[in-house]
Amino acid sequence: MEIAIIKYNAGNVQSVMYAMDRIGVKYTWTDDEKVIESADKVIFPGVGEASTAMAYLREKGLDQLIPKLQQPVLATCIGMQLLCRDSEENNTTCMGVFDVSVKRFISPDLKIPHVGWNSIQAYGENPLMEGLKNDEYVYFVHSFYAPINPYTSAACAYVQPFSAMMQKDNFYAAQFHAEISGLVGQKIIQNFLAL
Amino acid sequence: MLTKRIIPCLDIKEGRTVKGTNFIDLRDAGDPVELGALYAEQGADELVFLDITATVDNRKTLVNLVREVARHVNIPFTVGGGISSIEDVSALLNAGADKVSINSSAVRRPQLVDELAMQFGSQCIIVAIDTRFVGGKNWVHTHGGRKITEIQTLAWAKEVESRGAGEILLTSMDADGTKAGFANELTSQISLQSSIPIIASGGAGTMEHFYEVFTEGKADAGLAASIFHFKEIEIIELKKYLANKGIPMRIY
Repeated sequence: MEIAIIKYNAGNVQSVMYAMDRIGVKYTWTDDEKVIESADKVIFPGVGEASTAMAYLREKGLDQLIPKLQQPVLATCIGMQLLCRDSEENNTTCMGVFDVSVKRFISPDLKIPHVGWNSIQAYGENPLMEGLKNDEYVYFVHSFYAPINPYTSAACAYVQPFSAMMQKDNFYAAQFHAEISGLVGQKIIQNFLAL
Repeated sequence: MLTKRIIPCLDIKEGRTVKGTNFIDLRDAGDPVELGALYAEQGADELVFLDITATVDNRKTLVNLVREVARHVNIPFTVGGGISSIEDVSALLNAGADKVSINSSAVRRPQLVDELAMQFGSQCIIVAIDTRFVGGKNWVHTHGGRKITEIQTLAWAKEVESRGAGEILLTSMDADGTKAGFANELTSQISLQSSIPIIASGGAGTMEHFYEVFTEGKADAGLAASIFHFKEIEIIELKKYLANKGIPMRIY
């Protein structure tokens, strides 16, 4: 199985690669369109800021390629937000796979960013949560969120309920960092690889 | 529900874990990679590695250590000690660290917090504040607590937040090493006036102390070192104890 991890200017992709190493699968870290297109699975990871990330993806033409991919794609954290229509983070137009606007958390009493381990609940068919119970804990670090929408496949609550995971056709997305979410995160990645 | 976090801290000297009392008299408590992986298995929510002898010579050793930790540990971890530039942070994040913690370098040049937050995002920038109560007030200290500054702790906490820090690691030098409990009053004062998470550090001696720091101290996370290294408190037991007392905890 060929796995492509999309290379762009997002921080800390190393954790994703080490998570793949621990699972014992090989991968290519690449921004080469041909390699990405021909991979069996594509992972679109990331930590960072939306407008900077989108600018880089546009420069490389990846903003055109990613929404057209046919194989299973797993987008995490900023990767998930970039697959939405747009983001309040520096008013960024994103790739629009999910017709959802990413919003900033606003709370008079709760701390922002939402940092730490929070529990998630599956909605509808969620093959990535196969073998996991509801209320499992995963690790979040984010100030922006995708509201609950028709693509929500797992929900989390902080300030209000929001999309912890989304799914549309071959696109799977997670707001949390599966790569550093202990054995639960590892299971979610393994479920994606087994699709 | 967002849980409170239990964070073992591993003080690193020349690639080994050490922990002293009031930052002096260090004792060897083992191999950091092995210890880190063990803590992750036992239910630690995050790890912090502090390079307490940070020098230019030690940088490569630290980066190599970070790489090994990242390979073996499946929870988030922070690296601190002697970080003073974008290049330092870049090397550590590229090696697999999830966050970095800066301390003296931020006091020396507060603009560094803005620069790091801009470059890497607030989510991976922790500002560590060492504080001591002197003459009726809490003052920021630097250089592992050896130097007093003219900056008051609460004002500094507010400033680093406004400059883009993602979290504050607050160490009470008065409580550190005493095992008499966290500095709950100061922690609560800072936590209530901050909109970013506060990691409380210094003084943990019993499970009750963690309960107090999450309730009275209003901390978002509790950090400790020696009580975990010398198995005075087992992490899993601590988390069960806290969960039973109604503190939201990740237990599996």
